[in-house]
Amino acid sequence: MLMKQKTSKSFSIFSTLMLLLLFLPSNVLAQSSAGSPDFIMSMVVATVIIVFGAIIFVTDSLLQLEGKRQLEGKDVKVDASLFPKNLNGNAADLPSYIPKDRYFKLRRGFDINLEGKPEEKIIDAPQVTRYSVSPMDFYGIAPIPKIVPEEGDAVLAGDELFFDKRNPEIKFVAPVSGEFIGLERAEKRAVKEVMILADKEIKFRELPHLDINVAERADIVDFLKKYGGWVHLRQRPFDSIPNPEDVPRDVFISTFDTAPLAPNLNFATHGEEAAFQAGIDMLNKLTDGTVFLGLDGRAKEVPSPVFTNAKNVEPYWFKGKHPAGNVGVQIHHIKPIKKGDTVWYLHPHDVIVLGRMLTERRYNTERLVALTGAEIKPNVYAMVRPGANMGELLSAVQFQEENVRLVSGDVLTGKKKSRDGFLGFFEDQVTVLLEGDYYEPFGWLLPQEVRPSISPTFPGFIFPDMEFRADTNAHGERRAFVVTGQYEEVLPMDIYPQHLMKAIITNDFERMEGLGIYEMSEEDIALCEFVCTSKMPLQQILREGLEIVNE
Amino acid sequence: MVDNIIKLLEKYEPNKEKQPFLWALYDGFHTFLFAPNHVTKAGVHIRDNMDLKRTMIHVVLMLQLCYLFGTYNIGHQHFLALGEYTGFLEGAHLKLMYGLWQLLPIFVVTHVVALGIEFYYASKKGHSIEEGILVSAALIPLIMPPDLPLWILAIGVAFAVIIGKEAFGGTGMNIWNVALLSRVFIFFAYPTEISGDEVWVAGLESTFAGSAVEYGWVHLTLFNGLFGWLGLAQFDPGLTVIDGFTGATPLALAFAGGWDAVTEVYSQSQMLWGAIPGSIGETSKPLILIGAIGLAMLKIASWRIMLGMVLGTVFTGMLLNFWGATPFMTVPWYHHIYIGSFLFAMAFMATDPVTAASTNRGKWIYGFLIGFFGMIIRILNPAYPEGWMLAILLMNTFSPLIDHLVLRKNIQKRLASA
Repeated sequence: MLMKQKTSKSFSIFSTLMLLLLFLPSNVLAQSSAGSPDFIMSMVVATVIIVFGAIIFVTDSLLQLEGKRQLEGKDVKVDASLFPKNLNGNAADLPSYIPKDRYFKLRRGFDINLEGKPEEKIIDAPQVTRYSVSPMDFYGIAPIPKIVPEEGDAVLAGDELFFDKRNPEIKFVAPVSGEFIGLERAEKRAVKEVMILADKEIKFRELPHLDINVAERADIVDFLKKYGGWVHLRQRPFDSIPNPEDVPRDVFISTFDTAPLAPNLNFATHGEEAAFQAGIDMLNKLTDGTVFLGLDGRAKEVPSPVFTNAKNVEPYWFKGKHPAGNVGVQIHHIKPIKKGDTVWYLHPHDVIVLGRMLTERRYNTERLVALTGAEIKPNVYAMVRPGANMGELLSAVQFQEENVRLVSGDVLTGKKKSRDGFLGFFEDQVTVLLEGDYYEPFGWLLPQEVRPSISPTFPGFIFPDMEFRADTNAHGERRAFVVTGQYEEVLPMDIYPQHLMKAIITNDFERMEGLGIYEMSEEDIALCEFVCTSKMPLQQILREGLEIVNE
Repeated sequence: MVDNIIKLLEKYEPNKEKQPFLWALYDGFHTFLFAPNHVTKAGVHIRDNMDLKRTMIHVVLMLQLCYLFGTYNIGHQHFLALGEYTGFLEGAHLKLMYGLWQLLPIFVVTHVVALGIEFYYASKKGHSIEEGILVSAALIPLIMPPDLPLWILAIGVAFAVIIGKEAFGGTGMNIWNVALLSRVFIFFAYPTEISGDEVWVAGLESTFAGSAVEYGWVHLTLFNGLFGWLGLAQFDPGLTVIDGFTGATPLALAFAGGWDAVTEVYSQSQMLWGAIPGSIGETSKPLILIGAIGLAMLKIASWRIMLGMVLGTVFTGMLLNFWGATPFMTVPWYHHIYIGSFLFAMAFMATDPVTAASTNRGKWIYGFLIGFFGMIIRILNPAYPEGWMLAILLMNTFSPLIDHLVLRKNIQKRLASA
């Protein structure tokens, strides 16, 4: 069957050539009689094309026959044709575990293939002594929250640390037990870090028992608000902490991460079936709609049973390059956000944290964090909690270079941190990459190394598997919008990103809404920002737009 | 090495406040030599290696074949009129030097005027030099007739850059294609200098038989001295225009007498390869096609616009063939692809991303309509048998409208489902 398709394909190419031939000389014949130089010329061209076409056709057929002969009786699918077709390219070749009617194939996107992918290995947990919760990791709260403990007070993991004065019931709690050692402030006295000196053995505050099967929605909401679970929920639009009065239309969870050097969540959530399921059950009680699960349909590996065996969810499979794993893109394809809609989304690790509040009855944010990037060796996973001190977390690995940037998160959306900084609240990845503060002679014309790019003016596109060692150089200066169509090329959504950006810049409220700003978040536009020829700060522009429409 | 040069350059950095013009020059030169050491701040931490300089230089690179052929063809047409060296490769050194001496002043004047204005506005507004001007300046000589007086060229370029670009806020903000605006300015302000049969061949007093050639000191003393020393053929000031020569372009012939009138003067392969009179860069179709395919494959120019324009042209060409009221209408549609400047307009003019439609669907419509209006203007306009310049400027004006309609559909779809 497979071979038959191939033959027909090369045959169709051949017949197109033949048709071209019929067409080409007919023009000439119409004007000049046989024997004129033009006629002879076109006959020569025609012969050359026929010969080439025939050579290609015969070679292709022979290659396929040979491939068929060598693979006789083996259960391997190899495309020996001259024009190999992507074997997973269409729904007919889907692996059996992916149901066709719940499958989205996203054509647009781009995988930034960097060096320093995490190996599936866990190193002994580095001794992290300082943890922090940063109010700046959350959208929609006041910059100066009310701090609950006094400096020097002992806290347990799960004890209240601070709350937003506008929503005093929503508590932000300590990820570890230890001593509250004070604040770090940013401009205008905004609280940047709320720091704890951690105990060696983490002591947990015991949470009350909550039977999810009998509990009312209001009970669950109160439980989450009081014991620190609520702030793990995020709302679209705006990515803010959800308002407890709102009932979300649906809840979305993306179970795979396609960002550069992203951790493998199948590996990182290994063995968390019970907690994940408990979290899902809780979310089902919180929404009147459905809990949607976005599963990895790229067919590189079977997703973890933690995700595939989850019950009370509606799974959808996504195949595609980054940003196919972004929850925003998945929402857009499963059930888009319209004006007035509120949906929630969670990272799988946050689902597990909620689940553990039921199963373990404690606030345990422990997760496998991937230490990635070409400038540290080895690239492995470490079991820590978000808010861990970056310097201490990275003491477990060797730095290859001095002049590096530490990023909490991935290279597209993460935040720059110093060694005194802390891992972000929602992050499960640290990236270390080279600072690019160098001048490059004629760097715009003849770059000295191959760098990731969507532009075919660089030879990188010939080698799709090539891994790049990227640095933070901006590779050019900021300009006005000139090039069009390149954002659309990497954004698999029915949205016009460039026009949306222009609507935000010109503060055109109705146009922003109409062009779908409610469906967008920084992580969705991040790849557009990476490819932007004019070096526009798109994530910043989008956030400004979201703040405008939120008011 | 690099560090030392940078240090040396920094020593001579002018004060941005006191000497803004010098600083703009310095900054342009510095960023030309060295990609700056800026690092990403907020947002993404790594950036694509592509920037506007690289985008623009690829357009300029793709034009180089047209420049090469255009230079030679100026000389070739000149000698064809004189009836000497009628073979394409005969007298190659004369043709090349003649063409070069004709093209260089055009090139230099365009760049001095365009870059001078850009530098002035950059220093006045305090931004760095924007690279788009280089593409405009590289395109303008190619769409001018070789015998254009330089002062007219200078005025045309200045008009286009000041009114067409800087008045709107610089690169990325302009409504009309800057290169075409300079052409259209000259077209309407000095119509006798840019139309008719005489402007397409350089260095003749007129195209009538017996008129003299115009050689200057450079040809007769400098070049002839050089060629004499090398033992090559020299410029002959005694030559006159031969009988039966016409400087008319194929389009002018087709307008007057249909396809037969064209083939009486030019053979098909001559028109295809470009050994015909015309604007400097638009005659050689295969070399333009190389540029067009290159730009489309490098994803610098939009293939949607190009293909849309081909479809529009073919469609309209067939329509007018069907009508067939004038001799020009009866010229078969497939000949329209390679007579005149259709391909050059398609590859380099319509695809200017700033003035074209910016949505993918809009690009199809935009390209198609350029093809449609271009053919209508080319064939039905009684005054001037070429239409791409006016069609592209017309569609430049309407491209925001096309985008608006495409976006409105997207907006309505979103609102309808709400």
